[in-house]
This record gives sequence, C-alpha cells and structure tokens, in this order.
Amino acid sequence: MERIRKHHLFWPVLVLVALLVFNLLYDPDFFRIQVRDGKLYGNLIDILFFGSPLALVAIGMTLVIATRGIDLSVGSVVAISAAIACFTISKGADQNDPGLVATAILLALAASALLGLWNGFLVTRVGIQPIVATLILMVTGRGIAQLITSGQIITVISPNYKVIGAGTLLWLPVSVYIAALVFALAALLTRKTALGLFIESVGCNPTASRLAGIRSVTVRLFAYLFCGFCAGLAGIILSSNVSSADGNNAGLWYELDAILAVVIGGTSLNGGRFFLTGTLLGVLIIQTLTTTIYSTGVPPEVNLVVKALVVLAVCLIQSEGFRRTLARSLVSVRPSHQRVEGKVTTRG
Amino acid sequence: MARFAIKKQHVPIIASTALLILIFAAGSLRYTGFFSLQVLLNLLIDNAFLLIVAVGMTFVILSGGIDLSVGSVIALTTMLSAALIEQAGWPPAVVIPLVLALGTSMGAGMGAIIHYYRIQPFIVTLAGMFLARGLCFVISINAITIKDPFYVTMAQTRVPIPGGNFISISVIIALAVLAAAIWLAHFTRFGRCVYAIGGNEYSALLMGLPVGRTKVLIYAFSGFCSALAGVVFTFYMLSGYGLHALGLELDTIAAVVIGGTLLTGGVGYVFGTFLGVMLQGIIQTIISFEGTLSSWWTKIVIGVLLLLFILLQRLLSSRGEVREA
Amino acid sequence: MQEREPLLVMSDIHKAFPGVQALSGVHFRLFPGEIHALMGENGAGKSTLIKVLTGVYPADRGEIRLEGRVIQPHSPLEAQMLGISTVYQEVNLCPNLSVAENILIGREPRRFGRIRWKAMNEEARRLLEERLHLRIDVTRPLGSYSVAIQQLVAIARALNISAKVLILDEPTSSLDRGEVEQLFSVMRKLREDGLAILFVTHFLDQVYEVSDRITVLRNGRLIGEHLTENLPRLELVSQMIGKELKELEELPKEESRVADWAEKTLEAVGVGRKGSVEPFDLGIGKGEIVGMAGLLGSGRTEAARLLFGADRADQGRFVMSGEDTVIHSPRQAIDKGIAFCSENRKTEGIIDELSVRENIIAALQASQGWFRALSRKRQEELADEYIRALNIYPPNPEIPVKNLSGGNQQKVLLARWLLTHPKLLILDEPTRGIDVGAKAEIQKLILSLAREGMSVLFISSELEEVLRISHRIAVMRDRRKVSEIAGEDISRERVMKAIAGG
Repeated sequence: MERIRKHHLFWPVLVLVALLVFNLLYDPDFFRIQVRDGKLYGNLIDILFFGSPLALVAIGMTLVIATRGIDLSVGSVVAISAAIACFTISKGADQNDPGLVATAILLALAASALLGLWNGFLVTRVGIQPIVATLILMVTGRGIAQLITSGQIITVISPNYKVIGAGTLLWLPVSVYIAALVFALAALLTRKTALGLFIESVGCNPTASRLAGIRSVTVRLFAYLFCGFCAGLAGIILSSNVSSADGNNAGLWYELDAILAVVIGGTSLNGGRFFLTGTLLGVLIIQTLTTTIYSTGVPPEVNLVVKALVVLAVCLIQSEGFRRTLARSLVSVRPSHQRVEGKVTTRG
Repeated sequence: MARFAIKKQHVPIIASTALLILIFAAGSLRYTGFFSLQVLLNLLIDNAFLLIVAVGMTFVILSGGIDLSVGSVIALTTMLSAALIEQAGWPPAVVIPLVLALGTSMGAGMGAIIHYYRIQPFIVTLAGMFLARGLCFVISINAITIKDPFYVTMAQTRVPIPGGNFISISVIIALAVLAAAIWLAHFTRFGRCVYAIGGNEYSALLMGLPVGRTKVLIYAFSGFCSALAGVVFTFYMLSGYGLHALGLELDTIAAVVIGGTLLTGGVGYVFGTFLGVMLQGIIQTIISFEGTLSSWWTKIVIGVLLLLFILLQRLLSSRGEVREA
Repeated sequence: MQEREPLLVMSDIHKAFPGVQALSGVHFRLFPGEIHALMGENGAGKSTLIKVLTGVYPADRGEIRLEGRVIQPHSPLEAQMLGISTVYQEVNLCPNLSVAENILIGREPRRFGRIRWKAMNEEARRLLEERLHLRIDVTRPLGSYSVAIQQLVAIARALNISAKVLILDEPTSSLDRGEVEQLFSVMRKLREDGLAILFVTHFLDQVYEVSDRITVLRNGRLIGEHLTENLPRLELVSQMIGKELKELEELPKEESRVADWAEKTLEAVGVGRKGSVEPFDLGIGKGEIVGMAGLLGSGRTEAARLLFGADRADQGRFVMSGEDTVIHSPRQAIDKGIAFCSENRKTEGIIDELSVRENIIAALQASQGWFRALSRKRQEELADEYIRALNIYPPNPEIPVKNLSGGNQQKVLLARWLLTHPKLLILDEPTRGIDVGAKAEIQKLILSLAREGMSVLFISSELEEVLRISHRIAVMRDRRKVSEIAGEDISRERVMKAIAGG
C-alpha cells in the first residue's frame, strides 16, 4: 500500500478515477459507448478526441520543462501551423489534391519545428531565460498567424485534409492515433535512446552534466524543436477538424493547459525527472474536467475557476513550505491524540 | 560634476525615448493631421487603463516576479461593477471602493502564497488569472451594459486643456497613478526595497529589509492597479464582460520591457513604463493611419521591439560575463 | 604587546551535524584593535565557527560573550544589530542599487517619509572617504565597480551599523595584488580605529603581512592561538595539516617508485588562465600517480580544471602521446581519455535526483551519444559490477544517489569515470568529508588502477595522503606551481617547506 501511494502516478490516477466515478454517479450512462456507422460514440471517446491536440502539445512541453525550461509560445505556434497549412491548401487549384495536402502539412510542421529551434537558440545560445525568450514568440506569433491568414478565417474544402482532425480509423478518431503515435515516439526516443537520461540530467544539474560530457546545448535545442513540432501537429489537427484556420483564436490558452497537464502529471517545474505517462494523465484529467462541467450543465466557462483551484492545489502540495505548515498543524493535533490513546491502554 | 557620459542603466530608457520621438516624427512627415497635440493626448485617452496596469506590473517585474492575472482582474472588475450597479442597484460610491479592495486583496493573497510557500510567481498568478476569468463567467456569460449616469458622465466628460485640446478623466487618474508610483519607487523605503529584492533577494534579507512584507505589498499594489485599471476600463467600455482585456497581460509585460525594465528584475524606471505604453499606443496609431496595414502588424512590431529590447538588455548585462552557457 | 581585555570571547563551542562533529570545545578570543587570522584546512570548522558567531547556526554547547555580556544571535541580522558584521567573498549586496544605497538602505535619511537622496549620497561619500579613504562616485550602481570596491562598500555598510567586530571571510580570493593592498590598508586603518577584525584566508603570505594573531583549527578542534610574530610559517602549516589518523598508517606503502614514466599520457606546456592560475608545465606518465599538494586556494583545482577543459586555458598547449592537442571542453577531454572528479561533489558531481545506476553510466553514455544507448540490462550489469567492485552501500542501483552518504556518492562518481576507461584520471579531493574506511578503500583503488597503467592526478588537502600514494608531487602556492618533488626526494618536510614558501 505504501509503495502504491509513493508511486509518482498515484495522485493523478486517483484524481482521474475520482472524476470518472463522480461522472458515473451523476450520469449512469457516462461510460456508454455506441457504435454508429463504424464509429464509436460516447463521453469517453469525446475525452480522447478533444484531448489529443492538448496531449500533443503537453508531450513536447514535458521535455522542455524537464530541461528546466518552459515554452510559452506553443499556443502561437499552433495558430501559425494551422494558418500555414490552410493557407497552402487554399491557394491550390484542387484543394483535395493529396500532394497539396501533404505539402501543406510538411510546410506547417517544418515551420513549427523551426520556430521551436528559434526558441531553443534564444535560450541556449543567447542565454535568455526560457520564460522571457518564448514570451517573444508568444506575442509575435499571433500576429504572424494573422498575417498569413490576412486576418480572415481561412476555410478550406478538402476532405483529404479533414481526415486528420475529423476522420475515423478503426472506430476511433484519427487524431487519437496521431497523439498515441507521437506519445509512443516520445517514449521511444527518451527511453530507448539515451535522450531521456540526458534531458533529466541536464534539467537536474546542468553543471555536473557538462562535466560528465553531456552536450547540454544540443539536448535543450532538441527539446524546444520537438516541442515546436508537437505544437505544429496540434495546430494541423485543430484546423483540420474545423477545416479552417483562425489566427486569433486557434490554440488560445494552450500553453497554460499544457503546462498545467505537465505539472499535474508530476513533472516539476524545476526540471529533472519527467513523466510522459503522468502528462498524459494530466491531459485526461483536464479534458475529463471540461467534459464533466459540460455534462453537469454548469456554464463551461466556470471550468476556469476549477482549473485555478486545481493548479493551486497541485502546486501547494509540491511546495515544501506548505507541507511543513501542514505537518506542523498535524503535529499540534497529535499530542492530544496520543493522550487519548494512552488513556485507552491504561484502561485496557 | 556636470558629466554627460551616458550611464549604462539609462541606455534602454534613452532608446525608448528616441524611438518614440522618431516614430512621432516619421508619422508627422507621412500623414497629414498626425502632428498635433491631440494625437498624443488620444494616445493617453485610449491607453489610460494600460498605463495604470503597467505601472503595477513594473513593480512586480522590478522585484523579479511576474503577474499574469492583470487582464483577468480587469475583466472581473468590469463584470463585478456592472453586475452590482446594473443588476443589484448598488451606488458607484460603494461599488468602486469594493472592487478596488477586492483586487488589492487578491493580489496580496497571491503575493503571500508566492513568498511564504515559495511557488513560482508564474504559476500562482496563472492560477489567479484562471480564477478571476472564471469568476466573471460565474457572474454572467454575457456582457452587461452600464447605463448608470455616474459611469456615463465619467466616460463622456472631456477635460479641456489650453489650446483647444482635451483629455478624459481616466487620463487624469492614470497620470496621478503614474506620479504616485514614481514617487513610491524612487523616494520611499518601500520602493527601494523593491529594487533591492530584484537585485538580490537573499542580500536584501541579509541587509535587514522587510522582504516578505514588501513582496506581499508588491502583488497587492499590482492587484490594486489592475482593479483601478478595471474601473477606468469600465468607464471606457461602459460594460462588464468576461472577455474584456483578453491577453492584456502580454501587452502589459511588453510595455514594461519596452520601457526599459529588465525582466530579471532590479533595473528599470516607472517613467520608462510610461514611454513603453506610449510606444505601443503610437505604433497602433501609425498602423491605423496607414490604412493598408492591418491590426496584426501591431503584434508583430511589438514582438520585434520586445526581442530587440531583450537583446539590448542581455548585451548590457553580459559585460564581463565570458562564461559559456 | 600588553594583554588587554578581549572584546569577544567564544568558549567551549560545540556543534554537531548529522554524522559530523563540526566543532568540539573550541575557544576563540578577539581583541579590539587587532587583526586575527583564523586558519585551517577544509573541514577544520572555520566556517562553522563563523556561522555560530553570526547566528546562522545555534551552538550545541558553549557561550559567546561580547564586551562581557552573553549574546545569543539567532540570525546574521541579529548579530549585525549586536555589532558583529560579516563581509563575504561573494558580496552580499545589491549590484543594481547605487553605492550610497547599498551603504545606507534601511537607514536612509528621510523627511516626511521621503528619501533625501542628496543627504544620503553626501553621507555615503563622507563615510567612504573618512573611514576607508575611498573616493568614488556613490551614485553609480554597485555592480559597475570591481569586486574589491564592492567589498570595501560592504565594509562601509558594516561600519555604518556601528560594527565592533568585523568578520572578513576570504575577502581576497578574487582580488589582484593591488586590490589586496588597498584592502589591507583599509584593514590597518580600521585596526587603528579600535575595531576587532576576524580575517579568514588561505594565503599564508597575507596572514603574515597583515595579521597580529593566529588561531588554528583542525578537524573541529582548537590547535592553538599564537601571536603571529611568534609562529614560524612551517609550524603554522604543520599545525594546519597535522598528522593523519592511525588507521591509515596500515595502508601498503607504494614500493615501485623507480620507474621513469617516460611515456607521458598528457603533458601541459605553459598552460594557464588569466585570473585563475599562472602558466605551468606538468607531465603525467603512464601508470604514474602525480600528487598535487598546496593549501586551499593555491590553484590546485584551477589547474586541474584546465587539464579537463572545464575552464578553457587561455595560454599554453597540451601534448598527448607526442602530438599537440586541443582541450576546450569537458566533452573533448573525455573523448581523449581524460576523466575528472570535481571537488564539489554535490554541485558538480552527482546528478542528485537520478538513480545510482544512471549516475554511474552517465559519462559512458554521454561519450557513446544518443542513439547507441546502453540497454537497460547492460546498464544494470555495469552498475552491479561497480557497486560490487567499489563496495557501494546500499548496493541498490535504483535509489536516488542523493540518499547515499558522501563516501558512497564519491564511489559512484569514481565508478562513472572508471567505466569510461580513462587514460588519465583527475581526482580533486576524492576523500574529502568521507569516513576513514571509505578513504582507505579509495586510496587502495587508486594504487591498483595506476598499477594497471592508468595515469592519475591526485589532489588532496591531506598531505599524508598525497605523500603516501604519489610517485611525484607538484606543489602549488598562490596560484603558481612552485615545485615538483619526485621519487626518493619525497618527504613530509620538503613538501611542507614548498607549501609554506617565503
């Protein structure tokens, strides 16, 4: 029991289960999944479906945070990627041409990775703190996205493109497969190559890592690049789902949700150990929370209040100062408790 | 003692001033009707709330922190004011002090959590941002229009100044806040303690400065400024809405940095923030005068300015620091 | 010199930390109008004594009297209020504030709550000029001045809080000759003003230049208090370094001191770095153990860091197996077969959150790159092998390395480097702060590695240790290599003389 409670995924799993149980009690049909036209329908599928773009961004964010960094620009990168993909397709003669769609996607992904690299360059080479360095792209990025779309919402009519964000493959949405694939890729890359060790080592003790011969600059550059790439992919899914790109609103708040998911998943903002599975659970918690709020009929915007409380609770639990205060108040209770026990034994 | 050597800490503020003059001159040459006092005054009128909130943010950033909650606190203030006045029928004389107190105590609460539980300001104020935004929607999802005569008067009164030009009451409030903040930053112990904390928090503690109290006060002041900006914003928009001032925290931080304040804390001037706000305003004005340029260019130009100023500061602070990263 | 009443008396001070008795029964006196040097090597208890005096730690036992009254400061701030001020090597002021503010912040002259800048600047200027003979623009930010000036400003701040006792904790470590002179003239002036100054330094020359009285600590005990004029240099060094513990005497003495080590693994020719260590020559033969002796701050560590590329040498060249080579970064050094265990185990050695296994394989994996990852099974094999070979306790490769004791962490670091099969192993204080048993084990290990042909550069503050295992000893003093003693010539006396110099 003690070992289970000490496990790093204990709290996230507990919260997720509690949320699901609450939903089940509120609505016995919550877990019901139906098959219609070779497609699964149900609340759980919705959670997976709406959670996949966030999961993508959060996976990239996990690696960046593990290196003691942070990437505030992911929301803007989502918008830029969506804008590039839709703009490219909209300029084509045949919007449904598979070649054109592939070109659009590749262009968007390359640009996103490049933007990630730019962040990494500012952090590692110029030596600007990550928050500040990525803030620049966070501000500029939305402008760039709107520049690409000329401030309009670009709509594309391309069934081939729409498959990515709204299509179905083997009963499940395609985007879920994409998120799963990237998750597997990230897990493979960090656990089957030495990258994971290097990232954790650089995030944990940069000086010792350098002296052990780890190329910390390359490692951090990669983390930012990968994060940009993931955000780009999320942008493609989001724009494909609605067949349009909105430079202003695509990916709004994504940076905050992604950071939140990472923190809930147990990865510390101070870098070091990271937990991709934890991040995934964090995403599911956030998405389930949203779904719960929708299904209970509370205005969805209130979601933010709940999120605020979750952020605070998670951070307070991680804070040593808070735990000490908590422990002190427990200790001050304990003596009286012991006295009661003492009485019981003398009587016995 | 008259030396004209430029001090290093003044370089960013001189750069902002020069840029402001340059842009105004360029605008005046290019557009007819640009070279007038009223254009400058309109900058103030349109950006009064931004100036107020940026002044509060300056203190936070000077101390080495950051406050992401400002935009949401503005929205909450507009929403609460509108609801209390229009729906509950409370008089403005009660509502305004109430929302100011609320903003201040929210800031103080965040400051206390940041200091006593040692959680990054980024995360704590992020939670504050979610909370305030969410509370807006708890009150109402839709915008509430304000028809209260006091607010309408405040919104529409033009304060004439010699030469046939005018400003708004909000501008007077903003300038008063600016003056008070300059005094606070440069002539009081509180202000100097803010700088000391930004320079080196541990040293400040060893020097016997009240670090904890000051940090709580800094965020409380930022909360107060956000609430006051919210009141001014209510005058400006005459409505309360949960989507007001969306993303304003970014504009605010940008204004502070472009005004020459170091994001790592300790270096900068409140007056610089005024310049930063004016720079943002004038870029917007230029872009609207240009006509063919669209609004998103504002973001790009601000972003590029942000990059340039951060690089400039990096350059100035890396003197003698030859260590490889 | 007449025997006056001491201003400050610390008597029978005891302080223990988990596992270490840092101070046991230390007495210390400080007289007004005197500069008193506190001497001792690493772990002697100097910094603990100062921290007890300034209220950072409470003493477990003992009493502090200032002007005859018992005091119990609970924080540096309280100590300051009582008149005990400290100036550290890293100046604890705010570099972004002006000089005047740094001196007077918290006590600025005010009128109706408004700070009177003119009066403040005037007061700061007067203070610096009258008490320190320092004329600088007090309105400029502190950070725009050199460390030397910053320290003087820190002293001025201390004086302004009416200090009776001024503690200077290694103030000269980052100053050049001229700046040290300036500091000393200020110290002499303050001595005339009747201040009691406690001066901590590693530079013997400076102690003899400026101090009146010397207290020596070793292993948390008081070794002696002497007037400087009555204590010869050699005697001071011998008191500081002391004799080794009995247990280590049983170690096998290395016999094979006859080889000529003609085949050099690494040769440094005129290698140096400005402000860190003067150019030096050093060659290390295959299978040779070169000891590096010298007091703390003598440039030992700095020299080692240059050989590993941890800091970049700005002059000189390296030769490896007869060819000129470049060592610009740790990465390059590792690729060329050099390994380096830093003296700062916590900050530059272990990666504390990671497991013992991960810490052990870190360097090997780094040299193999991303994609040639060691399989989990291979990692476990390697970790187990070295945990067994080096007796790492607890023998569990999966616990975070931060949970291990100092000695076992050191073994983990050794394992990390042995795994890369280096040609040259640089060990900076590998036995510091670890228990005697582990110490002996590490020394044995070094000897056997050298027998197998590895070159070792061994740095230690404990002279006995260096004497015992080295084939050749390079002695450093005041950031210069001053002497090299080999083979039959190695003796305690010769090395001590070289360390003491003068």
